[in-house]
This record gives sequence, structure tokens and C-alpha cells, in this order.
Amino acid sequence: MNELPIHSGLILAGLLFLTGLLGVITRRNILFMLMSVEIMFNAAGLAFVLAGAHHGQADGQVMLIFILAMAAAEVAVGLALILQMYRLKKTIDTDAMNQLRD
Amino acid sequence: MTIIFYIASLVALFSTVMVVTRKNAVHALLYLIVSLLAVSVIFFISGAPFVAALEVIVYAGAIMVLFIFAIMMLNLGKDSTERESQLMSFGAWIIPAVLCLILLCELIYVFYSYKGTSGSGSLQVIDAAQVSGSLFGGYVLAVELTGMLLMSGIVGAYHIGKEKKREYHRYLQQAND
Repeated sequence: MNELPIHSGLILAGLLFLTGLLGVITRRNILFMLMSVEIMFNAAGLAFVLAGAHHGQADGQVMLIFILAMAAAEVAVGLALILQMYRLKKTIDTDAMNQLRD
Repeated sequence: MTIIFYIASLVALFSTVMVVTRKNAVHALLYLIVSLLAVSVIFFISGAPFVAALEVIVYAGAIMVLFIFAIMMLNLGKDSTERESQLMSFGAWIIPAVLCLILLCELIYVFYSYKGTSGSGSLQVIDAAQVSGSLFGGYVLAVELTGMLLMSGIVGAYHIGKEKKREYHRYLQQAND
């Protein structure tokens, strides 16, 4: 296999991360916010794996495995929180959760 | 191999933008799966076949199913059946299907050109044996911590997601009704 363009890969990871960040900022549906967080995790893992492949080390892939496990735990807890929010407010709009506002 | 990388990254970027801009959650999930598959193709051609398989199995297989379960539990309204009938209309699935077809063609091309170019390239493939050797060699403490994190995640999700019965005193219950 030929050498992959590492700069383009890192730029792609940055663009994916930026898209996820924009999704978290702009969307008000909490399911889409959780999906955007997943996109950001995935972009970080892509940067890890590309850097590990660039240096020829296995450490990047190890980090991606840790990111996968953390994302699984985060999604489980986050979806349980979304279900409780839906039971409490009958909506998944984050603007409905404003009880801490004075 | 470079052109394969650029096509896969274009597919990943397009589908990710489509995830953020969709209104229907199931359509967004479909595009998110396409994005994960494209990133998995990038992993595969950058010499990491083990995490490419893990990305498909764990991310696109397990975590997305969790999302689908949550969406199904949230859409318990009376208009959910008619919304479900138009969920998979032609315009909804044709673009992800075309993107997946592009990725499939890339993967088939990479499989068939794998043996021909593997000797001459400077990029070595890091297989599962090396990854697991590093995982259970120097990172064994982090593996155990990850196990604890998963366990606490499961227990926490069970406790948070449990439907709690609210028990008031009868005076409070009258006041709340």
C-alpha cells in the first residue's frame, strides 16, 4: 500500500469534529445532540488511528478501542437520561429543561 | 490508494453533514451509519483492519441499535404508525444506499488489489495480534479501568432508566392532582 496523505486525514478528522460540534451547538433535539457527540468521538478516534498508522505503532488503535468502550457507556447512560426526560416533560427539546433558570 | 481515501472521506463528510441537518431522527441515524462505514473504510486502507472491523461491529452494529431502541421508545404517539409508513420512502433511502454502494465498490477494489501492492508500500499493516499485544501489555491497567467504566455505565443506565413509582402522602397526592 502506498503512503496515505496524513495531512488530509487529519484535516478530515478536524472537519468531522467541527461538524459534530456545530450539531451540538445548533440542534435543540437532544437525540441529535447525542448523535453529534458520537460524531465527535469518531473524529477523535480517526485522528488517533491515522497518527498511529503514520508512526507505525499500535497505540492509536488501542486508543480507538478505549474510545469505543467509553462511547458505549456514554450512550447507555445518555439514552437512559433521555428516556427519563421524556417521561418527565413529554418532549425531548432541551429548551424545556429550564428549571434551573431564575 | 490515495483516490480511494479521498472518495471515502468525501462520503464521510457528506453523510456527516446530512446527519446534522436532518429533521427525522431515523434518517439521521441512517446517514450516521454511512458515515461510520466510510470511516471504517479509511481505517482499513490506512493499515488498521482490526479497528475497522470493530468500528462496524461495535459502533454501527451495537451503539446504533441502542439509538434505534431509544427512538422507538420515544415515538409512542398516535401518529407514529403513519409516520413509520413514510419513514423508508424512496427519497429517504436512495442516497444512503448509493453512498454505501460507493463504499462497497471501494472495499472490493481494495480487497482485490491488496496482494499486489502490499509488498512495495511503506505503510505496514498493524494487525490484531500487535494491537492486543499492546492492549494487554502496557495498557492493561487502562483495560481494567475501561471494564469498570462499562460496568458502572450499565448499572447507572439501569438505575436512571428505571421507571420510578412516585409515592406521595395522600395529602400531597391531593395537592398534586
